[in-house]
Amino acid sequence: MLAYAVRRIAVSIPVLLVSTFVGFVITSLSGDPVKNFATSASPPPTQGAIDAYARRLHWDEPLLERYWIWLTGLFRGDFGPSVNPGRDLGADMWTRFGVTLRLITAAIVLALILAVVVGVISAIRQYSKLDYTTTFLGFLFLAMPAFWLAVLLKEAGIWVNEQAGTTIFYTIGEHSPFLEVDTAWNRFTDTIGHMILPTISLALINFASWSRYQRGSMLEVLNSDYIRLARAKGLRPRTVLIRHALRTALIPLVTISAIDVAQIMGGAVLTETVFQWHGFGEFLVRSINEVDVYGVLAWLLLAGTVVIVFNLVADLLYAVLDPRIRYD
Amino acid sequence: MTDTAARRAAEREFTVRERTQLQLTVRRFLRHRLAVASLFVLILVVVFAFVGPLLWRYDYAQFTPDNSVAPSLKHPFGTTEDGKDELALVMRGTQQSVKVAVLTAVAATAIGAVWGAIAGFYRGLVDALLMRFADLVLTLPLLAVAAVLAGNTRGSWWLIAIVIAGLQWAIVSRIVRGVVLSLREKEFIEAARALGASDTRIIFRHLLPNAIGPVIVNATILVAVAILYETALSFLGFGIKAPDTSLGLLVNNARTAVDTRPWLFYFPGLFIIVIALTINFIGDGLRDAFDPRQQRIRQ
Repeated sequence: MLAYAVRRIAVSIPVLLVSTFVGFVITSLSGDPVKNFATSASPPPTQGAIDAYARRLHWDEPLLERYWIWLTGLFRGDFGPSVNPGRDLGADMWTRFGVTLRLITAAIVLALILAVVVGVISAIRQYSKLDYTTTFLGFLFLAMPAFWLAVLLKEAGIWVNEQAGTTIFYTIGEHSPFLEVDTAWNRFTDTIGHMILPTISLALINFASWSRYQRGSMLEVLNSDYIRLARAKGLRPRTVLIRHALRTALIPLVTISAIDVAQIMGGAVLTETVFQWHGFGEFLVRSINEVDVYGVLAWLLLAGTVVIVFNLVADLLYAVLDPRIRYD
Repeated sequence: MTDTAARRAAEREFTVRERTQLQLTVRRFLRHRLAVASLFVLILVVVFAFVGPLLWRYDYAQFTPDNSVAPSLKHPFGTTEDGKDELALVMRGTQQSVKVAVLTAVAATAIGAVWGAIAGFYRGLVDALLMRFADLVLTLPLLAVAAVLAGNTRGSWWLIAIVIAGLQWAIVSRIVRGVVLSLREKEFIEAARALGASDTRIIFRHLLPNAIGPVIVNATILVAVAILYETALSFLGFGIKAPDTSLGLLVNNARTAVDTRPWLFYFPGLFIIVIALTINFIGDGLRDAFDPRQQRIRQ
């Protein structure tokens, strides 16, 4: 298992390299910070200032050269110069990345739990009222724009707070700007409190399609011969369901959720925008708006790393779930 | 002579009428009640968006003297804070969003179908290179990359569609490749080759037409996905830009005043949901119609 994990990580490195290059080309296509500087500032900067600006961003180098400078800089922990001299990309991004990572991990875990519970129940009680309700809800959430649902939940949270006359749901920011009693425990509960609504809104969107997959794979497994055999041997229904059926039926969900991680990373940008989090999403939006190419690159690099790590976890989970798969 | 033959056929106890593949598919689709109802609703929405503005008394860009009016007979969807008629805005927004979504689906399907067919047909190194690239595209966070690229579109609807399509074709290519991989071993392909058909002819005349079922189903679903991405992009401010409008932009403009002007928030959102929901149901119906063996709910 360990050897396999190490080998997988080794294989991931070239993949990550290629994807950083693709990201580099994409960001270079997306805008020219030097042109933006030359045309948007007033009064117009002198040619000397433009040249100095281009040199600071390595924009006077050819694309491949620029990529090499950026890539080698990464090993020194340098994420490249920002268009805004006062903005230190490296210092700005780590806390923000942590905030977003917290959100997407919580949302994925919540969505997985919901998807498994709902998927299994609607597979066992196929064509029951519950099955139809969850099927309908699944289609509804699949058709619902993530940002709309987030705004809706935020409004619902505000409404509940007004009714209760006290803050039950936090609707703005990733934590309170200051705490009256600043202890570690208070900080922890405050953070959790702020996470509730954004996590639910991000989880619901993904839970919809995941529970459909879970239902489908559960039905397939329940109708297979080995489950019939397990039942015929007189195993308790509970054991059959959980130990024999569910374990195998989880494999497709693991695959599909690992594939969806990239899209959740993107979707988190919407959720964070609605709940006004100072997260990695805001970092991306600001970088795009300011044509801050190295900021965009930093986002793509970390998002790519997250995707690779989650896929690695998925691969290792296969070994846990499927007794036929052995990594050695 | 033919007269008697026809009469004899009619007299037979069980008459079986000859039907083409298309007729069979259409009949199967029509039996899917939810899909047909969805198609009907979707057509209504499209007519509303494209014909409605010609009939409605307000233009989406026009400032009426009524600011922040709740829905009434004069303004069925109310007005914005600067006096624009929300019904006219929603019509225009739906129009733009639908245009982007349909072009996205068409472009992504065209690119993906050819890409996947070439990969599946030639296999080997070509296949490995093309599909590894497609896999790479699939691992990109679509919304974020589209937002990055959309910086250059300046709100042009067809450029936005091309950007989203440029990230979505990879899914299509995988589906088409799968179909082509199994088809290329069939006898009729061998026959075509024996008759001296070129590779291009085999791919475009024999392989792609046989992959039409899954491709159409997927293209339908892509429209629903694309509309969600377009609205999300516009919501973030990287899609359609003012003074033009889209459903996502309308929701974004309304989100800070949901409790004071709820009509500005709920109507555009409702339209997004209705469009995406009906398209998903239609896609479901089409899937059952094209491939009766593979029902969505198995057992």
